[in-house]
Amino acid sequence: MRQQSSINQMNFRQKYHSYRKHPGSFLLFLLVNLAAIATFAILLFLIIYILIKGLPHLTPSLFALKYNSDNVSMFPAIINTVALALLSLLIAAPLGIFTAIYLVEYAKRGSKVVELIRLTAETLSGIPSIVYGLFGLLFFVTTLHWGQSLLAGAFTISIMILPLIIRSTEEALQAVPDLYREASFGLGAGKLRTIFRIVLPSAVPGILAGIILAIGRIVGETAALIYTAGTWPQLLSGIMGSARTLSVHMYSLSREGLNTDQAYATAVILLLLVFLINAISAFLAKKLAKG
Amino acid sequence: MSKKNKTRGKEKYMKGFFFLCAFTSVLAVALICVFLFGNGVPAMLEVGLKEFLFGTKWAPTDIPPSFGILPMIMGSIYITIGAVLIGLPIGIFTAIYLSRFCPKRLYKIVKPAVELLAGIPSVVYGFFGLVVIVPFIRDYVGGHGTSILSASILLGIMILPTIVGISEAAIRAVPESYYEGALALGATRERAVFKAVVPAAKSGIMAAIVLGVGRAIGETMAVIMVAGNQTRLPNSILDGIRTLTSNIVMEMGYAADLHREVLIATGVVLFTFILLINLGFSALKRRMR
Repeated sequence: MRQQSSINQMNFRQKYHSYRKHPGSFLLFLLVNLAAIATFAILLFLIIYILIKGLPHLTPSLFALKYNSDNVSMFPAIINTVALALLSLLIAAPLGIFTAIYLVEYAKRGSKVVELIRLTAETLSGIPSIVYGLFGLLFFVTTLHWGQSLLAGAFTISIMILPLIIRSTEEALQAVPDLYREASFGLGAGKLRTIFRIVLPSAVPGILAGIILAIGRIVGETAALIYTAGTWPQLLSGIMGSARTLSVHMYSLSREGLNTDQAYATAVILLLLVFLINAISAFLAKKLAKG
Repeated sequence: MSKKNKTRGKEKYMKGFFFLCAFTSVLAVALICVFLFGNGVPAMLEVGLKEFLFGTKWAPTDIPPSFGILPMIMGSIYITIGAVLIGLPIGIFTAIYLSRFCPKRLYKIVKPAVELLAGIPSVVYGFFGLVVIVPFIRDYVGGHGTSILSASILLGIMILPTIVGISEAAIRAVPESYYEGALALGATRERAVFKAVVPAAKSGIMAAIVLGVGRAIGETMAVIMVAGNQTRLPNSILDGIRTLTSNIVMEMGYAADLHREVLIATGVVLFTFILLINLGFSALKRRMR
């Protein structure tokens, strides 16, 4: 064991000699490390810059119940974001999970219909959010006469997050060992019972991780919402009322150019949310990996 | 006996229900195509396909109006090329670092950092670009700051997580024996990775590039905030430019009649680009398997 490690690992002197003999390798070594440092540094710089500029402006008045032009409170936008996320998940989560159940548990390999479903789900995940926004405006807002409303925004967004939920649920279901299913069948349970009592419960952390990532996308979305959920800055009045989410709020603030400090503060809150969402999702994914 | 039949009926009924749910994504794609093409294509024909795609003048409120979107098409292409030039080398080298050189303890910090980079909303990126990159370019490089260069740098950062994530997975999928074989032949660690492992992951890395291009072309909010949005063909990378995506967001709010339909047609052009890119991506993915 000891001998092996001394073969595989070089000490500093050996490395130095090796790199002197192969300057090309040294160059690659440098490039690879520099790139990794650059990636990390960009993230660090962005976060620290926004925190330094934003934290001092994070005043209690920004969390007032009402928005007005003197006090551009972000609190209504936060509530609107939560409402939009809940409504979108209510639509997309069951659809996505059931789709994944069909694809993993029922579909026959290589069937044409399944190919089509997979292809369209893949297509959906590649469509840019502004195209969703355009479609939402044409279909939900105009054709269905919903107007710019929370409902129109939620439907638009739920099509957008559907592929994400399908894929993560599929992966979670596939990770459940076939042994579980066979044992359940062997005990006389039917297919439905097996799915709902055995397979789904063991896949829960993976499915949740996907849903949380989807929440992250909802929170960060702007382009798909501007013309579907609209930019009304107050607390939403109901699902047929227009409502701006936090990201749209931040876009409006920085666009108007009058409230840059408040835009920084909003960015801080958005970053915190993303941080939290990523941490929860990573925690759940780890739980799934452990089993 | 009747209970058994009832269960069987329920099983069948639920299977149909799951299938219906699965069919929503097909329905969604069909609806998106119908509504975009149905509204956009007639406008394209009304303006004239050649006039629309290759016209260099965009003046929707003039009388008579001109609807040439060539500046926006070129804008999207320029900014995407710039973003790939910046994001690709950094992204691939970072992926190589993460998959082959990164100590395990460090990996636990760097990997979540890359994922965090993917989760940051595009408005926050756009704002960061507006308050950091734009002034920097204005003061140290020249021009107004809001430019192709600023947008390319910002988008280069934004596509990093996509490129890193997919390339890393592709490099990890290469059998360890490639690396060991190269080492056994006397290669240095770097040489083994770059000459044996990375070439074997080529199609995965290509897929990463294609997906990165897709993200760059489709990005909207961040680009609006830093690109300047002028509707003319640029003379240098320090000139401002408008992309297909930003054209839609900027004018959809007040556009009416033909102007509005032409904006939808702009969306159709964007959508067609994305479909082509997706086709390329799935072709590459099939080759990876």
